Amino acid sequence: MFAEFLQYVFAGLTSGAIYALAGLGFAIIYNASHVINFAQGEFIMIGGMSTATMVAAGIPLPVAAAAAVLVTMLVGVALEKFAVEPAKGADVTAIVIITIGASIFLRGAAQVVWDKEFHALPAFSGETPIAVLGATLMPQSVWVVGVSMAVIALLWWFFNRTLFGKAMLATSFNRLAAQLVGIGVKKVLMVSFALSAMLGAVGGIVVTPITFTNYEAGIMLGLKGFSAAVLGGLGNGLGAIVGGLVVGIAEALASGYLSSAYKDAIAFVIILLVLFFMPSGLFGKKGTDRV
Amino acid sequence: MNAAMMLAPRTGGLAALALVVSLAPLTFPNAYFYDVAVNALFNAVVCVGLNLLVGYGGQISLGHAGFFALGAYGSAILTGTYGVPPVAALAASAAAVGALAFVVGRPILRLKGHYLAMATLGIGIIIHIVLKTESQVTGGPDGIGVDAFTVLGLAVAGDKAWYWVGAGLLVFAVWISLNLIDSPMGRALRAVHGSEVGAEVVGVDTGRYKVLVFTLSAVFASVVGSLFAHKNGFITPDIGSFFRSIELVTMVVLGGMASTFGAVVGAVILTLLPQLLASFEDYEAMVLGGIMMGTMIFMPKGLLPSLRAALKRRRAAA
Repeated sequence: MFAEFLQYVFAGLTSGAIYALAGLGFAIIYNASHVINFAQGEFIMIGGMSTATMVAAGIPLPVAAAAAVLVTMLVGVALEKFAVEPAKGADVTAIVIITIGASIFLRGAAQVVWDKEFHALPAFSGETPIAVLGATLMPQSVWVVGVSMAVIALLWWFFNRTLFGKAMLATSFNRLAAQLVGIGVKKVLMVSFALSAMLGAVGGIVVTPITFTNYEAGIMLGLKGFSAAVLGGLGNGLGAIVGGLVVGIAEALASGYLSSAYKDAIAFVIILLVLFFMPSGLFGKKGTDRV
Repeated sequence: MNAAMMLAPRTGGLAALALVVSLAPLTFPNAYFYDVAVNALFNAVVCVGLNLLVGYGGQISLGHAGFFALGAYGSAILTGTYGVPPVAALAASAAAVGALAFVVGRPILRLKGHYLAMATLGIGIIIHIVLKTESQVTGGPDGIGVDAFTVLGLAVAGDKAWYWVGAGLLVFAVWISLNLIDSPMGRALRAVHGSEVGAEVVGVDTGRYKVLVFTLSAVFASVVGSLFAHKNGFITPDIGSFFRSIELVTMVVLGGMASTFGAVVGAVILTLLPQLLASFEDYEAMVLGGIMMGTMIFMPKGLLPSLRAALKRRRAAA
């Protein structure tokens, strides 16, 4: 009974950690530019695919992972430079179409660079399950949660303890004021895309041994990450992490106890219910508009 | 279609549209063109409805393919499983989809911007998953066959017949849209788009108008969905996928938001595009994504309004 429950929670935490990383990616870009980057899921896909290919070619995992993160960050910066920055000042719908166009473009590119097949990556430290209170935990799940926590801690340090991180926070609070005190807002925007791409890539790399990856793998992961970010309140970093874990665990419990066919629908049912009653998410600021 | 026609006054525009759809078949060399043209007309009708919501009301919907799919499946199941006459099935599906949109519209349209995008996206995806999963009713991912569309014993058969159904429906939809925009409801909607608070201050019940136009656009999608099901003879849940919803919004935005004819132009272009891109094979998705980004970066207001502005500038310079 309890072992079964624990088993579902483990599964939920594993996918929840990935959603949290993706959700954080949405939040960081949203804070810097008020853009929702629908290509966030493609960062996850590119990170996973690049690593899988390089490892298959015989490159050691740490080197391959580092290179994959770098490649994904370059893609993120290019996206910002060539698609988002030129459209500055366009309205929300236009920007949504641009980033969705970018996600379709990147999927198409992945199809050309790689193929439509699934790619696998061996687990980082073997596949001997660890027994915990009657439930079993795969070592790769520990990697997913551990690496996610490390990355989140690193981000916390960056935003709270470094000058540039603080400058990014300042820009998210008030862009004009930040500009007036000499913060390079353009650079902030570019770094935000690089950071989000890094988060996506890291998530993609650690999860690929569990789920495999193909050129379409980013679609659902990206949308779930968006749900996580909205659930927590757009632009709230902690909210995105909590949102990701809530979505992941709810999904795992629902597919275990109710119906696995509706696993993918759960995230969206939760988000609709929350938005019906709390229109700015769990931790979002109550919106007051200046007229 | 030349630029002068697009610039014509409102009534001229409707007449010109009727003329274009009546004469277009003269240029079709074979039956395949009719098939593509019917799809273009159907998409155009959905987009004219969606444009009322997105273009005029300023409310985004990333889930409209869900309503289209519900209409299609409603007709397929009612006629196939229960033997309801197609016209009655179409009307019943449209009424049910309208009721659904009305009920969910209330809480959803209180949301703004990205939150609204998330909520409509969620509804679309949930509908898609339900259609895929409830295979006893819907046939599951493999799809379901649909009988021919018959009115009083007469069957609409062949792409030529469907072309005229689509053409008639499009002219009718454009007529409704043009009249609605100049009605008190249209003015209220445009006020909501301009400034929701401003509209409320002058006494517009913004919530009511947003829900009404959301419902209306959902009904447009449902009716076209029903006809599409009968025309195609076979449907799968993927007609309600997230990608389809995106495609519909892209058509509206590409042609030009807040422009009824822009929505028609956008729908026609984006329906024809895959046919033209077929020769690119593997690069099709990259080209499509590139076009979406390029249009929005260089013409954020969409094709038609940008063309119109460019023409005006040239005239002023001359």
